[in-house]
Amino acid sequence: MSDHPIVGGYLLPGLPHPLLAADQNAGWGRLRRAFEQVREDIRQSGADLILMYSTMWPSVIGHQIQADPEPVWTHVDELFHDLGAIPYHFKMDSDFAEQFHLACKNRGLATRTVSYKGFPIDTGSVVCLKLTNPDNFLPAVICSSNVYADRAETVVLGKAAVEALKQSGKKAVAVVVGTLSNRLHQTWIDPAEDHIHSLKDQEWNQKILAFLEAGRLEDVAQLSRQIHAEARVHKVVNFKSFWWLSAVMGAHNLYQGTVYGYEPVYGTGSAVIGLKRAAHAAQDLEFDEESPDVYRGDRNVLAPSLEARGEFDSQLQVGPALGEED
Amino acid sequence: MTKGSIVAGVLAPHPPHLVYAENPEQNEPRAECGWETLRWGYERLRKSLEQIEYDSMVVLSPHWQTYVGTHFLGVPSFKSLSVDPIFPNLFRFHYELTVDVPLAETMEAHAREAGLVTKMMRNPDFRVDYGTIVSCHLTRPEWDKPIVSISSHRATQYFSADVMQGHMLKLGRATREAIEASGKRVVLLASNSLSHRHFTSESEVPEDMSREHIYHHGQYLWDMKMIELMRQGRAREIVELIPDFTEQAVAETDSGALTWMLSALDFPEYPAEVHGYGTVIGTGNAIVEWPQARHGGAA
Ligand SMILES: [Fe+2]
Repeated sequence: MSDHPIVGGYLLPGLPHPLLAADQNAGWGRLRRAFEQVREDIRQSGADLILMYSTMWPSVIGHQIQADPEPVWTHVDELFHDLGAIPYHFKMDSDFAEQFHLACKNRGLATRTVSYKGFPIDTGSVVCLKLTNPDNFLPAVICSSNVYADRAETVVLGKAAVEALKQSGKKAVAVVVGTLSNRLHQTWIDPAEDHIHSLKDQEWNQKILAFLEAGRLEDVAQLSRQIHAEARVHKVVNFKSFWWLSAVMGAHNLYQGTVYGYEPVYGTGSAVIGLKRAAHAAQDLEFDEESPDVYRGDRNVLAPSLEARGEFDSQLQVGPALGEED
Repeated sequence: MTKGSIVAGVLAPHPPHLVYAENPEQNEPRAECGWETLRWGYERLRKSLEQIEYDSMVVLSPHWQTYVGTHFLGVPSFKSLSVDPIFPNLFRFHYELTVDVPLAETMEAHAREAGLVTKMMRNPDFRVDYGTIVSCHLTRPEWDKPIVSISSHRATQYFSADVMQGHMLKLGRATREAIEASGKRVVLLASNSLSHRHFTSESEVPEDMSREHIYHHGQYLWDMKMIELMRQGRAREIVELIPDFTEQAVAETDSGALTWMLSALDFPEYPAEVHGYGTVIGTGNAIVEWPQARHGGAA
């Protein structure tokens, strides 16, 4: 049994539709049920808190950490305001927020805690907490995403979180709030007609899902710059979520991945994904390696898709299957 | 009905630091001083606007960011607390404002007819963005004029600054036509900084002016270039340069606010009045007025 303080990791999408309009589109409804499965998972996890990194909370002065013990507000999304208001009353682990902040400071990061009545918690964090932790079963801590931060800063941020957890003796589930492809439709759509914005976004999303389903978190982290270039609208300098997640969970591929749901939400690739530590990696190779011993050329990481991978030796599982002991 | 007109257009940036340093009763934090050259610039703007009669202010704010279409505030009044998500230590402002909903609706209709994707914002629990609040407060702290706030459609991020320009030129024309049809006298506010690279750390005393300067000399050169064109009445050239300026100076003109306003003013050829320039946490900010009515160019 691992003594790592992170007992599970999740990627959760932050658009408000599964919370406010689940009945308007079958996929949005399925995502809501996927969130509910994660809710159960988190309850069973033995975690003491939910540690969130929200790509929908941009910051400029380093990273900000939500430390208000009981934030209360009625939130309205700036884009999808017609879906309605979201009243919330959350519980934050302010002590841990302070510890996290100190650990960041000791590692040279500019961070600060924020605890102000009426602070605008971002739509993504609000939606994910409402759906996975509606009764405040666990306290949470939310961390912003600095618009200027790149890989180094984001990785150190993740390491600081682990250090703070170890010092506190607490266990946590790590949650990234964000989508895969993030391109929204550019016109108003009939909810029933929702689809992933483009075929290219769809292919990239499927590729990422295939990796994560095989537990290859570090491989996805290594692909982040390419994902940013190919499947992300450039609102910030890079696609950082998986750098942070791999830094907090452990930078390797020893995970068991579960895709609870993957659906278009207003054109974006919105996936509910869970990762747990596994005994064996799906594949102990770098994402573009055939074999660490014999060079047979670089692998084209864009092909094949999950369904087709049986035809490609390079992506056949080597070693025992996930969860099996040898 | 008499034809409405734009009586002035203002580049009215929204660093919350300026409100913080003024210590208005609506803002919770207290400051000793800070960013005086910019605050005196706003003071000169206010004096200048006192000479003009107008009914409403229309502001396009980079901090109401909409990735689907252009949105218009459509609720008659708002009263709430605005906490800046980036600088919550400086800006926690209790606001109470009224919206010129008929004007907003006219603008939305004109923009839609021009082929733009639009939406009226009708949710009474909506929190008005801090860019709108800061620019309006500094321009008219009495809060006695109704406002219209227009969102920033993020075409620069989704496509390119050129696509944004095409969109904002259309929105500007539609705004002008809507104002003419409304019969009202209106002041336009483009709520954006110029160069927009921030420092990512803050001094212990945020108003410690020994720490305040431009982030990078290249940003300053770009800011001065744009301001010089404003002073020379070369609005069309400014608009042509905005894509390069946006990219090279990380300028907040990515929001489209300045392009929108210059298009609504129909690219004035008279010199604009520069009331002030200064930096805020490394970004370049200018308060600039195009006194349209005084130049007989009221649209
Ligand atoms: Fe801004």
